[in-house]
Amino acid sequence: METRALPQTAAARSFSANSLADRGEAGGKFGQPEIPSIRTGLNSQYNTKSMSRRVYLDNNATTPVLPEVFEAMRPYFAEHFGNASSIHHHGQEARAAVERARESLATLLGCQPSEIVFTSGGTEADNLAIFGTTLPGDHIITSTVEHHAVLNACKHLAKQECEVTYVPVDSCGLVDPADVKRALRPNTKLISIMMANNETGVLQSVELLGTIAAEADVYFHTDAVQGAAKVPIDVARIGCDLLTISGHKMHAPQGIGALYVRKGTQLNPVQYGGSHERSRRAGTENVPGIVAFGKAAEMARSGLQRNDDRTLSDKNISALRDRLERELLTIEGTTLNGADVPRVPNTTNICFEGIEGEALVIALDLQGLAVSTGAACSSGAIEPSHVLTAMGLSRDQAKSSIRFSLGKQNAGDDIDFALSVIPATVARLRSLSPVWTAVAVTSNQAAHK
Amino acid sequence: MHSATIAVAMSGGVDSSAVAAMLRAEGHNLIGLTMQLWNQRRLAGHAGMPESVQGRCCSIDDVYDARRVAETLGIPYYVVNHEERFERDVVRPFVEEYLAGRTPIPCSLCNNHLKFDQLLVVARQIGADQIATGHYAQVLFDEQVGRWLLKRPTDKSKDQTYFLFGLTQEQLSRTLFPLGGMTKPEVRELARKHRLVIAEKPDSQEICFVPGGDYKRFIDAYLAEQGENAPEISRDTVGGEMVTTDGKVIGEHAGVHNFTVGQRKGLGVATGSPLYVIQIKNDTRQVIVGKDEDLFSRTLTARRVNLISTEALRQPMRVAVKIRHKHQPAPATIQSTGPEEVQVTFDEPQRAITPGQGAVFYDEDIVVGGGWIEDRTA
Repeated sequence: METRALPQTAAARSFSANSLADRGEAGGKFGQPEIPSIRTGLNSQYNTKSMSRRVYLDNNATTPVLPEVFEAMRPYFAEHFGNASSIHHHGQEARAAVERARESLATLLGCQPSEIVFTSGGTEADNLAIFGTTLPGDHIITSTVEHHAVLNACKHLAKQECEVTYVPVDSCGLVDPADVKRALRPNTKLISIMMANNETGVLQSVELLGTIAAEADVYFHTDAVQGAAKVPIDVARIGCDLLTISGHKMHAPQGIGALYVRKGTQLNPVQYGGSHERSRRAGTENVPGIVAFGKAAEMARSGLQRNDDRTLSDKNISALRDRLERELLTIEGTTLNGADVPRVPNTTNICFEGIEGEALVIALDLQGLAVSTGAACSSGAIEPSHVLTAMGLSRDQAKSSIRFSLGKQNAGDDIDFALSVIPATVARLRSLSPVWTAVAVTSNQAAHK
Repeated sequence: MHSATIAVAMSGGVDSSAVAAMLRAEGHNLIGLTMQLWNQRRLAGHAGMPESVQGRCCSIDDVYDARRVAETLGIPYYVVNHEERFERDVVRPFVEEYLAGRTPIPCSLCNNHLKFDQLLVVARQIGADQIATGHYAQVLFDEQVGRWLLKRPTDKSKDQTYFLFGLTQEQLSRTLFPLGGMTKPEVRELARKHRLVIAEKPDSQEICFVPGGDYKRFIDAYLAEQGENAPEISRDTVGGEMVTTDGKVIGEHAGVHNFTVGQRKGLGVATGSPLYVIQIKNDTRQVIVGKDEDLFSRTLTARRVNLISTEALRQPMRVAVKIRHKHQPAPATIQSTGPEEVQVTFDEPQRAITPGQGAVFYDEDIVVGGGWIEDRTA
């Protein structure tokens, strides 16, 4: 049965949905389907160039739902549609599925199922962890490179009579645990520092931070949205009280996330309603999303164990990332952001001197390569990355930096494609850049001295 | 089918949306671009600015509209962030000009430094060699002199050439003004025909980053926000005396930025006959007031002059000169008096020649060039 060929039409935009539906009708098996690359015929709606392919290297933004994951969740829309709180058969079906998924996530994180609280995503989980554990007068320690879900939650609390310390990072993007220790105060209630950075992939020393928090008897929350399914996570080893993960960063759909809450943690709800999620998060459970999340966690776990070519943390994906990185760094005037420190295996963030990252992202997109820079503001315009400027990059350097992030669906020819378009595009942008011309003249003069 | 790719500067308004629709219908390859220039929320709550700002430019609604239009037309669309350049090259000079007693035109600065500079660079970088905008103006190439010309549009009531006098030959050679031969009603009809969601959207009139058109409040809010960051344009130094043309001090004022040459209302002094602002003295911070007839003068000096239809002014030239957007061009003679400096001598005295505004020279419908009014001379 053909699983790779995809219809080259705009209708194939959601590749997994279409290809699965097709195969479903044909009565196909879903046990071991091959993973199709994302090469949809998106361009048919564009009049610019007829694009031969699209390659997606922005998996830290979101990932495609894996066919197995989609198949697992599909019956929970129309067939097993029950409300997990209902008494009857339909409700019980949904409840059982939710609890199986909870067990799957608990196994992935090394915790008890009762310690998992499902949320609408990473942002809600971060907000619940921060707002749920702090009161006016409390002190919070976080870092300058956190995701906005943590940073802006802390900013809001700073206006509500909480005190917030933002510990800096070094030029590699690492928080010094000694800084965190020094920042402790008698009223410190919470340390919230991420596991893996979304822009650079840099991994913090969360186990050291966990020890510091335990010694000081303060709560430790870590946003592990970008770490989950990429590196093994064991909440006991980390020593965290709260940990955030998100479905759509690990091949489950958007709109589902979870917060690990260690037993005994005093967590006040943020939203009020029914007694869902043991009264920690009111609101009817997103059953299809939860089922998908459970399946994605199961696949991530078995992948992490097998270390095979289907996981994010495997040799294959890091080999692909390393090749992309190595080749890109041979381009003149490039530097790696977050070099020489532990990183998740799928991410590389590279500064292309003398280039507006925004223009490079657009130019690459017009050729079919999806990458990203900085963080998009509400209009969709790009602002210089607070993560990179916190690492000591200038605003210009931050604006010249591009993030490439791989997913399970990427294969070697995706990297070939990226490497076939990036160098020429960088050269074209530089030939039209007043900044780069100035840089080139300066370095030329330096060379002649 | 045309093969060259054109970038369309899309604001989310009727004009630029119609441009995209027209060019798309003609079969061009298009990329829609919107410039994010100013965060309307930025000054919210500062020094009397409303908490919620209903500004026009770069609002989320406008970006949403532009995106919808691009989607309807099936063209790729991107928002590019030029907030830093806009503040440096448009907003700050706007504030500084007012505090120096002049009356700036930010739209011309934006055209010179953003739309036809930064945006054109981005357009070329992403593979578009030309840029199209919704300005009412025309560009043509004069083969005899080998120069690109800027010409007034068919719809004279929408003429925007006054704001485009700074365009260089390079910029003009890469610019398309597809609305130059159309009237506004035709443009709206075209938008309706293409079923664009913005077809009935009202025209924007005010300065895009100044909500409600209250520029004084904007300047106060900007200065309050900048605080220590703007000692050179501190508001503490902008107050001064109000003096009559014959040297009599008749009061004090809180800042030269509250006045424009020709202004009658809001002078804060009561006399028998109507008083007008005649001149604002940058060095002494004095606002000179007088009678209506004191406002008239025959000559002005324009600096930072950009010439379009000719490379140089080797001898005096007869033209019509426009000294503000709503001014009827008046017959005059222009003469070069230095590098990028031109003296304008009108046949008849003109009312309220205002430093900071543009003086744009026309030969019939062709823009000869233009510069920034430095001062009226006697």
